[in-house]
Amino acid sequence: MTTSLRSGPRDISAAEHRRQVLSHQLGRWLPLIVLAIMSGVVLAPIMWTISTSLRDGVDSFTVPPKWLPTDLAVENYGVVFEKVPFARQILNSGIITWGTVLGQLITASLAGYAFARLEFRGRDLLFWVVLATMMIPVQATVIPVFILIRNLGLYDTVWSLILPAAPTAFGTFLLRQYYLTIPIELEESALIDGASQWQLFRRIYLPLVKPGLAVLAILSFNFHWNEFFRPLIFLQHENYPITIGIFQLQGYMMTGSISVVLAGVVISLVPVIIIFLFGQRYLIEGIMRGAIKG
Amino acid sequence: MKSKSSPAGGRQGLWHWLMQDTMDGLRRRRALLGYLFLLPTLLGIFIFTAGPIFVSFGLSLFHWNIFRPPDFIGLDNFERLLSDGRVIIGLGNTVKFTILAVTSQVSIGLILALAVHRISRVWLRYYFRTAFFLPLLMSGASVAVFMGYIFHKEFGPLNYYLTLLGLPQIPWLTSPDLVMISIAIISAWRNLGFTFVIFLGGLTNLSQEVLDAADVDGAQGFRRLWSVVIPLLSPQILFATVTGVIGALQVFDEPYIMTRGGPGNASRTLVMVMYEHAFKHIEFGYGSAIAIVLFLIILVMAIVQMWLWRSRVFYQ
Repeated sequence: MTTSLRSGPRDISAAEHRRQVLSHQLGRWLPLIVLAIMSGVVLAPIMWTISTSLRDGVDSFTVPPKWLPTDLAVENYGVVFEKVPFARQILNSGIITWGTVLGQLITASLAGYAFARLEFRGRDLLFWVVLATMMIPVQATVIPVFILIRNLGLYDTVWSLILPAAPTAFGTFLLRQYYLTIPIELEESALIDGASQWQLFRRIYLPLVKPGLAVLAILSFNFHWNEFFRPLIFLQHENYPITIGIFQLQGYMMTGSISVVLAGVVISLVPVIIIFLFGQRYLIEGIMRGAIKG
Repeated sequence: MKSKSSPAGGRQGLWHWLMQDTMDGLRRRRALLGYLFLLPTLLGIFIFTAGPIFVSFGLSLFHWNIFRPPDFIGLDNFERLLSDGRVIIGLGNTVKFTILAVTSQVSIGLILALAVHRISRVWLRYYFRTAFFLPLLMSGASVAVFMGYIFHKEFGPLNYYLTLLGLPQIPWLTSPDLVMISIAIISAWRNLGFTFVIFLGGLTNLSQEVLDAADVDGAQGFRRLWSVVIPLLSPQILFATVTGVIGALQVFDEPYIMTRGGPGNASRTLVMVMYEHAFKHIEFGYGSAIAIVLFLIILVMAIVQMWLWRSRVFYQ
């Protein structure tokens, strides 16, 4: 922070000097004040949610709001499971999300490698086609996909969500970038050692793009765990995931305790918080890599 | 496959042709592996994304509901769109939401990134980055649920503090004039982390030499910010804006959960109208026409982005 003082005109009057010192101080403290206020604003709703999820039912939705969970009404967390089939919904979310993540890792690690390191006719054209499909929003294709899924007999099964989401243009693009960073000399020396093309992929390249696989897995897990629109269309009743579960909770609790609803919200956030604690670096890296090319 | 030595009949010959221990053989094996590796992705994208977008175009030309078989009607669905009050209102609400949410998340995200970039203490940087990034990971559904309570007119904590400041209780989600603004604020709160991370990354990558040169030229404070730093960040600003617009045009979860499109139609969005026609009234043809409108708007945005990307001269 001291570097900005080092340059400037040599001879300055005392008044000018005072002005500069003042503006330097302002430049130093203003960002901190803005950030302190804004981080409070951003975190307050989350704090309120957690502390209110632990308030006693009778005064859960009364003012003034409570910021510290002094009631410690943990029983709210049990009530969630009585009001909606929450355990089943957590399981559904888990199956759908893990299935999708696994599918994406397999398809994208193969396709990303083909686009990055193999030579064949039509490669660049195919790559642009795949990239272009990233522009197509899921809402624009959901009606034909729905008709298809119904005809395949997959409506109201986890496959109705996993199968259409398993091929991923974004993941292919992301992993291609990781494969491209690996020096080609490694490949050459492995070939001299007599490695087959499959071994080259499996033994040399795949282990080296593990960070890329982690980025894709975390981004994809977070996105699909949070999905609401497609499950609403493709699933019903006991096959609903947790996002629709908390929506149902909100509906049942119109006249009851919001603490129970918020307990459900907090439970749904647990995997997200875990990802956040362990994978924040990967998440940020993934977002930035997505931004490099635009 | 282009090759001088074509497969000499039978399976054995093909195998030999492929496994030849020459550069040609190697090239063939690599090409074949390439096609095999692409197969799952290409097939999947064709079946579930590229194909369906064409089918959507086709369906939009049909009248089709559960009671009757599909009936070709040309562009009648699009004509119906133009005089459909709910579609017009839905589009208007979506555009209003998009403008409000994207301008706020981009401008606030930029300010926060600029401020965090000036913080030198590592733990402080980490704290702020964590704070601004956290909401981005939450589902639209959970955010909609708790924000619905926080923005509640009588019992919400937000109005509680505003009334302490002497303001009246504001009907955030129950006034037709305010509801889209409130949803935009809530959405910007969640997406702030995205723009923030993009801008912070851009700032970190700015070449220190350019900034030093600006220092020597005497560019200080806001002038330096406005004429040096912001232009250098224009690729990130463009990316954050276009991505934000494309995302915002698809808004569904928050209004569906918080207000069900109400009061009246005041928070009904384009995707919500599409959803209702396609999956509540089972009108696949008309629903597809709305989906196509959404797709075309997003396509135009994507093309604008590419055009800006190519035609604008950035300083890097």
